Amino acid sequence: MNAAVDSRSATSANRLASLRRPAVWVATAAAMAVAAWVLFLADGTPAGAAVDDPGTFLVTVLDSVTFAGLLFVAASGFTLIFGLMRTVNMAHGSLFLLAAYVAIRVQQAMVGRSRNIDPADVGMLDWLVPMLVGAGVAAVLGLLIQQVFLQWNEGQEMRQTLVTLAITVVLADQMLREFGGLAQRMVWPGAVTHFFSVMGERYAATRLFMLGIAVLVGVLLWLWLTRTSVGMVIRAGVDDRQMVRGLGINIRRVFALTFFVGSFLAGVGGVLGASFAGAAPGTDGNWLLNALVVVIIGGLGSLKGAAAGSLLYGTVVAFSPAYLPTQYSYYAIILTFGLLALVLVVRPHGLFGRAT
Amino acid sequence: MKLRERMTGESLALVGLVLLLAFLPGLATTFFVNFVMTQTLILGLAASTIVFLAKYGGMTSLAQLLMFGIAGFMFGNAALDGGARGLKLGWDPWVAVGFAILVTTLVAFVLGAIASRTTGIYFLMLTLVYGVIGYFMFAQIVEISGPGGITNIQRPELLGPPVRLYYAGLVLSVLAYAGFRVLGRTAFGLALQGVRDDPVRMASLGFNVPLHRALAFSLAGFVAGFAGLLSVWWNGQVDPASISIGPTLILLIIAVIGGLSSLEGAWLGAFVYVLVLTYLRDLPLIDRIGITEARFNTVIGVIVLAIMVLSPEGLTGIVRRLRGRTRGGDTADAAPEPVPAPGGSLPVHTTQKELGGTRP
Repeated sequence: MNAAVDSRSATSANRLASLRRPAVWVATAAAMAVAAWVLFLADGTPAGAAVDDPGTFLVTVLDSVTFAGLLFVAASGFTLIFGLMRTVNMAHGSLFLLAAYVAIRVQQAMVGRSRNIDPADVGMLDWLVPMLVGAGVAAVLGLLIQQVFLQWNEGQEMRQTLVTLAITVVLADQMLREFGGLAQRMVWPGAVTHFFSVMGERYAATRLFMLGIAVLVGVLLWLWLTRTSVGMVIRAGVDDRQMVRGLGINIRRVFALTFFVGSFLAGVGGVLGASFAGAAPGTDGNWLLNALVVVIIGGLGSLKGAAAGSLLYGTVVAFSPAYLPTQYSYYAIILTFGLLALVLVVRPHGLFGRAT
Repeated sequence: MKLRERMTGESLALVGLVLLLAFLPGLATTFFVNFVMTQTLILGLAASTIVFLAKYGGMTSLAQLLMFGIAGFMFGNAALDGGARGLKLGWDPWVAVGFAILVTTLVAFVLGAIASRTTGIYFLMLTLVYGVIGYFMFAQIVEISGPGGITNIQRPELLGPPVRLYYAGLVLSVLAYAGFRVLGRTAFGLALQGVRDDPVRMASLGFNVPLHRALAFSLAGFVAGFAGLLSVWWNGQVDPASISIGPTLILLIIAVIGGLSSLEGAWLGAFVYVLVLTYLRDLPLIDRIGITEARFNTVIGVIVLAIMVLSPEGLTGIVRRLRGRTRGGDTADAAPEPVPAPGGSLPVHTTQKELGGTRP
């Protein structure tokens, strides 16, 4: 897998050189060993070997793809902002959580109850409108952060990172004050909360709904970036900011727009995440972590990398609890670290990343 | 000439400060010594490893609190012989100390080796990921900790009375400060600064760039491990929440408050942090404007925002700038150094300047 990705992005001379590198062999061997384990050997694990229990295997694959969709939404905004503006927006997780809280409030107001909301009471609009409001609030706040704190120290990466870290600490504390410390949940619309069966296993339709939203977001983002003139400017800005400036394009406006869209995506991810797993203090940190892992694996500033990183990370997150021997399933987190180490050893700047 | 005077002046001031701190238990209240100052020294020692990596290696690490935590967890696992949790190895406390430091340094070397080919923002993000994955590992793996952590950890008898812990913190802090300063002038330290400024040139000169970074990272882990031991002795326990993402950011913030380009700034930042943490609630009328101790993180965050807006070199940068202004003299001499931007986007102070003997 890694070798294949390598070969696509490299010239043929580089490809030969990279194939000779031991790290590539290590990565390939590790991937094959994992595949062999999952397919044939995994006895004594919660899921069992895939050849013996294809239903569980399929469900795990679905789990990884649907979770990857959520990861992609969260990471795409993060990486979009970095790609164009070279800003690591550490407040991304805070925007994610804020959107979730706001959406939950709006949903409660629309349904007219503050607790024990039943999915049957939630119409499609009672979910979509809160999502748009929550994401909108995140987008406006993101734009404000960019205008007030980041615009004037453009190019000073570390300073911007520290500023956004400080904002994260303040926002987390203020959200704790405003929304309390208890976990809250966004309720899926009743129309999508049912189960269907996959080779004899029950599977929640909400996860596919979540994947559908993520794919929609991804397609719209792709269309925006490749089919509109603004998108073209943004892609050019990712490659060569000086040139875009030199062409007389108002890059400030493009920056503001990018931050707005990136924060909006964080908000959409937040609402999806809150519907999927709830929102509580600490969720911001976890999702910042998830976005970071995805872009470190995929390469910072690359949307393709965000997609690849989401899929890889989603696969590890879904497969490791299922296919580790039962008494070791607590150790699943180590495999996340293993994935990170493996990718970094082969490509220090991520699968699609470039040295900056 | 003027430079030389200032150097000796500053060293004298530092020696005086250390002497003052050595006699502090006779001068200040027990609470101030055992609570404020001991905590300052522990956090300052941990934060100084961030400054060391940023200043000499150009690496801003968010994994230092993880190293701090690993040492604490390892000590707890090795030293306890009973209780509900951990490995309960029941070793002699000093053997446990050696074990904890050894494990911490080894882990730091491995993590440093993996991260050694990344730089700047990428390094910062990766070390943050290290920190959070480490948190989840300790929270999930019940054999070594589990969510509740390890409690009832006794410190070695030698450090029984709280004031001895203060002195241990002081001695380790002085050693670390002097050690980092001296290291900056050794062949390794100079090579490390060369790697920070121009990795490509250093590599073509035959230096092993990733190895230098990995070794610096393990040294920082080694020192942070001692801070972690002091902390576990001070608290009597260690739990995963104490190394989660919030405290991780706070440790970086402590280093930033002091200034990422000055070693002494680490302890200054820790002092400011502990002071705010301890005495914020005592300020008159503070609760009237909606700031209670529960809103402590907001206050700290706003302080950092203000510092980052005013002076990226932190409090020491502000002090230096003010001093330059009041003297009104040679502005070039008094001008603050730019923060060592590990992102590589600011013109950083060069190795030549370090070698030339301006304030390192």
